[in-house]
Amino acid sequence: MMSSIRKEMRKKKINTFIKSYKSNRMGMIGGTILIIFIMVSLIGPIILPFNTMKFGEADNVLKPPSKEHILGTDDLGRDVFRNLLAGGRISLMVGIFATIISMFLGTAVGIISGYIGNKTDIVLMRITDFFLVIPWLPLVLVLAAILGTSIWNIILVIGLTSWAGTARVVRSQTLSVKERPFIERIRAIGADDKTIMMRHILPNVFPLVFANTILVTAVAILSETTLSFLGLGDVTRSSWGMMLHYAFQSGAASTGAYWYFLPPGICVVLVVLAFTFLGYSFDEILNPKLRRR
Amino acid sequence: MPGDPLAMIMRNPKASAEVVEKTKELFGLGQSWYIQFFIYFKNLLTGDLGLSFQYKKPVIEIIIQKIIPTVVMVGLAEILAIIIGMLLGVISAWKRGTKIDVIALSFSLITYSMPTFWLGIILISIFSISLRLFPTSGMFTPGKTFYSTIMLIKDGASHLFLPVLALSLVLIGEYAITMRNTLLDVLTEDYMTTVKAKGFDDNYIIKKHAIPNAMLPMITIIAINLGLTIGGTIQIETIFSWPGIGRLMYEALNNRDYPMLQGIFLLITISVILANLIADIMYSYLDPRVKS
Repeated sequence: MMSSIRKEMRKKKINTFIKSYKSNRMGMIGGTILIIFIMVSLIGPIILPFNTMKFGEADNVLKPPSKEHILGTDDLGRDVFRNLLAGGRISLMVGIFATIISMFLGTAVGIISGYIGNKTDIVLMRITDFFLVIPWLPLVLVLAAILGTSIWNIILVIGLTSWAGTARVVRSQTLSVKERPFIERIRAIGADDKTIMMRHILPNVFPLVFANTILVTAVAILSETTLSFLGLGDVTRSSWGMMLHYAFQSGAASTGAYWYFLPPGICVVLVVLAFTFLGYSFDEILNPKLRRR
Repeated sequence: MPGDPLAMIMRNPKASAEVVEKTKELFGLGQSWYIQFFIYFKNLLTGDLGLSFQYKKPVIEIIIQKIIPTVVMVGLAEILAIIIGMLLGVISAWKRGTKIDVIALSFSLITYSMPTFWLGIILISIFSISLRLFPTSGMFTPGKTFYSTIMLIKDGASHLFLPVLALSLVLIGEYAITMRNTLLDVLTEDYMTTVKAKGFDDNYIIKKHAIPNAMLPMITIIAINLGLTIGGTIQIETIFSWPGIGRLMYEALNNRDYPMLQGIFLLITISVILANLIADIMYSYLDPRVKS
């Protein structure tokens, strides 16, 4: 009986969420762009496979767009469009996995800090402050240089350095949830701290985590692009950032090879923009203070 | 760990044992790491940041040379971005929902989503390669003799234009969005209704009541950005070969020049702390509630 009421309530909540999401223009635009990019980068490389190591003929280098190559060829005679499709996979993958690490860390630190309080809170929040204040790019550059440049290290480095904002948001929300009467009631029944945090506080802060996390994904994709561009990317995998790196190294900007350096950048902008739109619109729907406006 | 300093300094794998020993001694690499750390710390107290592996000169000398180019470039970009960004934010918030707001907001979001270096590449290919208006890199034209100060300033300004434009474009978006959001928060406060009820005109309300209250978050992000500037221009300085701290750091990283990196980190740390301190002091001026 109890669980069926809860199910009903949850269903109702999800329905109102979908309803307000559909009426949010920014969210719809972001969602649509994102679905297109995810579909294309999932299916694209299967239809038009790309091999990083397969170079073109010497007379087929840095050729402008033609029938054979929709977006021309790069400095090694490889098809730019195929590279773009394969690159999307890597860039999206880095963004999503790094976000998962960041979300997990940020939520854990935020809930524990807010719920337990006292000394734990002070210590955890000072660590969070450290990650918030320290200039991000120099830290990431050094970490990436020391750990070495495989795709998983890049994901790890981005994930480990981007959780502080989430932790702050989660902590402040936890502080307010913790004071609500139902938490006291649950404690009176005899629930221990772990149960309260996992089963009662987490579901209540999760909507905010979700909105925040989508914004983190945007930052993570930009970070991967920057790292790769500065020569700390994984050379065995051709992400959009690596494409831009090679484009700049080969002097595409000064030879006017716009088909080489424009498409990867435009894709990054579109995907980052889509995640940002989605994040903002979720924030607007889920954050009661913003809804009022 | 990849990047053994000795291997990077020597480069030549056939160097004789004697040379290796001499180099080890020169950079103090012979001792164990905790003794090296202790010596570094002791020297730090007297202002000695050690010897750069790459330049074979004291770190502090090189850093001091590179600070001014960075400060000039970043300072100009910040001033431009703060003025234009705040203006854009105020206009968007006041004309909320109109076409102007949509255009300003999309502009801000797009520049905000752009990889900074990519924006730099585009600016170079448009302004330097196609239109041939501005030089692609450096601070002054190399090998050129300057007969007058005006000539020198002109040459420097034309080199300065593109990096400043790129950096300020990126910053404008951030400032405009923050200004717009905080101003919208302020505009829905009860005291704004009171002021309106008193019959003041819009211009007066915005200037005297809305903007001062929206300044606190702006000061915060400006302070954070100012602290980050010294280390945060790595992308711009790399693209435009600007001889500043950002590029120095990128070079030091590629050459595993650890003393140099430590020195730059110290500089970044100091600038972040100073910027935050200034922000805190400004708070108490802007918001009397903070004082207590």
